[in-house]
Amino acid sequence: MTAATGAADAVPTTDAVPITDAIPVADAVPIRDAVPVTDAAPVTDAVPAGIAAAVEIRGVTKSFGANRVLDGVDLTVCPGHVTVVIGPSGAGKSTLLRTINHLEKPDAGYVRVNGELIGVRQQKDHFRELPERAILAQRAEIGFVFQSFNLFPHLTALENVAAAPAATGRASKSEARERAAELLTLVGLADKLDAYPGRLSGGQQQRVAIARAMALRPGLILFDEPTSALDPELVGEVLAVMKDLAGTGTTLIVVTHEIGFAREAADTVVFMDAGRIVEQGPPRRVLDHPEHPRTREFLSKVL
Amino acid sequence: MTSVDAVTGEVVTAGAPPPDLSAQRVLPLRHPGRWLATAVVVVLAAQFVHGLATNPFYQWGRFGYWFARPVIVRGLWVTLEVTALSAVLGLLGGVVLAVARLSSNPVLRTVSWLYIWVFRSVPLIVVLLVLFNFSALYKTLSIGVPFGPGLFHFDENKLATELVVATVGLSLNEAAYAAEVVRGGILSVDDGQRAAAAALGLPRWYRFRRIVLPQALRAIVPAYVNQLIGLIKGTSLVFYVSLLDLFGQVQTMSSTYPGDVVPLLLVATAWYVILTSLVSIVQHFVERRLNPAVRP
Repeated sequence: MTAATGAADAVPTTDAVPITDAIPVADAVPIRDAVPVTDAAPVTDAVPAGIAAAVEIRGVTKSFGANRVLDGVDLTVCPGHVTVVIGPSGAGKSTLLRTINHLEKPDAGYVRVNGELIGVRQQKDHFRELPERAILAQRAEIGFVFQSFNLFPHLTALENVAAAPAATGRASKSEARERAAELLTLVGLADKLDAYPGRLSGGQQQRVAIARAMALRPGLILFDEPTSALDPELVGEVLAVMKDLAGTGTTLIVVTHEIGFAREAADTVVFMDAGRIVEQGPPRRVLDHPEHPRTREFLSKVL
Repeated sequence: MTSVDAVTGEVVTAGAPPPDLSAQRVLPLRHPGRWLATAVVVVLAAQFVHGLATNPFYQWGRFGYWFARPVIVRGLWVTLEVTALSAVLGLLGGVVLAVARLSSNPVLRTVSWLYIWVFRSVPLIVVLLVLFNFSALYKTLSIGVPFGPGLFHFDENKLATELVVATVGLSLNEAAYAAEVVRGGILSVDDGQRAAAAALGLPRWYRFRRIVLPQALRAIVPAYVNQLIGLIKGTSLVFYVSLLDLFGQVQTMSSTYPGDVVPLLLVATAWYVILTSLVSIVQHFVERRLNPAVRP
């Protein structure tokens, strides 16, 4: 997953940022309506010249039946940045997140992570989905934390974290267990290594899930409403782990309703509504001086 | 003396001081009907046991004589053999069929659906008798290219002993039911588990064997044991393809000793009860092992 392999796909990602219509494939993508907010985009979208974007989303469109959940979404994320996605339910935030590791297949448009197309390869004027094995290899480079934790209930905390590195052959069993113990210590669960998920609180389970997402040393971790299923007094411990993680240079994309977290930890806040990105920018601007009336309306309800 | 009535809230000034209700215990509701029902059940049960013990119709002496006769034990052994083989082969076939039924490949899905539909529709006895008479329908069995040259030839009559016919028939039938049990178990696993396993990039086989199947087993085991108990008793049908299982031996002995029909049937019943009880005990321990909540 390097910029070099991206360049091999004949799509220049390193120069000429922000990329707009320079990519020939974009013409084949049916829906790329001009999003009215794109004028504001370059301010925060700008990736320093010579550095590949950690995540580059262009024209991503997805429908479930007649319901268009994503409507030509464009987003660029700088390496090491924390991007927080907010918006009302049904805005397409989670679906967008799931297209980044191809848990959801976009109908049109593409996602690149470190320059590499995710889940598809380019053919003449369209994309063709990759075989499962190739997609799995890409997913191993991207951590994902679910709202409902989704820990494996029949495995201990340690086994949950050690499973992926051992099963994908990236580490021997003993190395994987050693690293799992380190990661669990890092998230404050050194005394829960052999506990089954059913014996842990929600906050503890989510911290195990974060450790599990970190086990493959991904450069990018996606969080899908990581604190929404937690009792209010357990939210803090999970957010604290995420803030620590933000300081390590890992790129984070976080879908959340925690405006306080966005204010404190985000480099960029993205507001989505009805399958589109309405507004994005640094937290001070988007949260305190939103330009779009829809953003103002949403924030007035949640703040 | 002045106090406040606990119920009405009125101030009471005369008479004995009312009891302090805040310290009173709450007793459960009485259930006189339960005692009556217990009495009725005890009387009926006693009458039944008395009848079993004293009615000469049951011939308990002959029951004791037949219970562990070598001929009965031989039949019991055949029953165990056929049950065990069909249970294992049926379950293996069921897993394959269930995975095919749930796959994204439409051809596999259709073939699996057709198989399950056919074998759940056709009575087991018909399957057994068709297999038994297979040699009449197909003189030889050959494996090779359809309409082209054959690669292997089997003489059907040599291949198909009664045990093979019975095991194949029961396994074919069992696989169709086991497929639905396994499919139900797999579907009972939360979708989030599959998503989490996929997000970690876990290989497909690992996902199935280490993540989905162990969780599916919690739903599969009780349903499959139910199926297995049906199979134990279902093996009595193999008598019709000339295989002398427990029931077959009892039938044969009954025609030789017509006076012992009832004790012989009781012997068969007793053995079936023992077998199903053993299976239920094993089930209890397997289920306990599969439930992570009770593990330390």
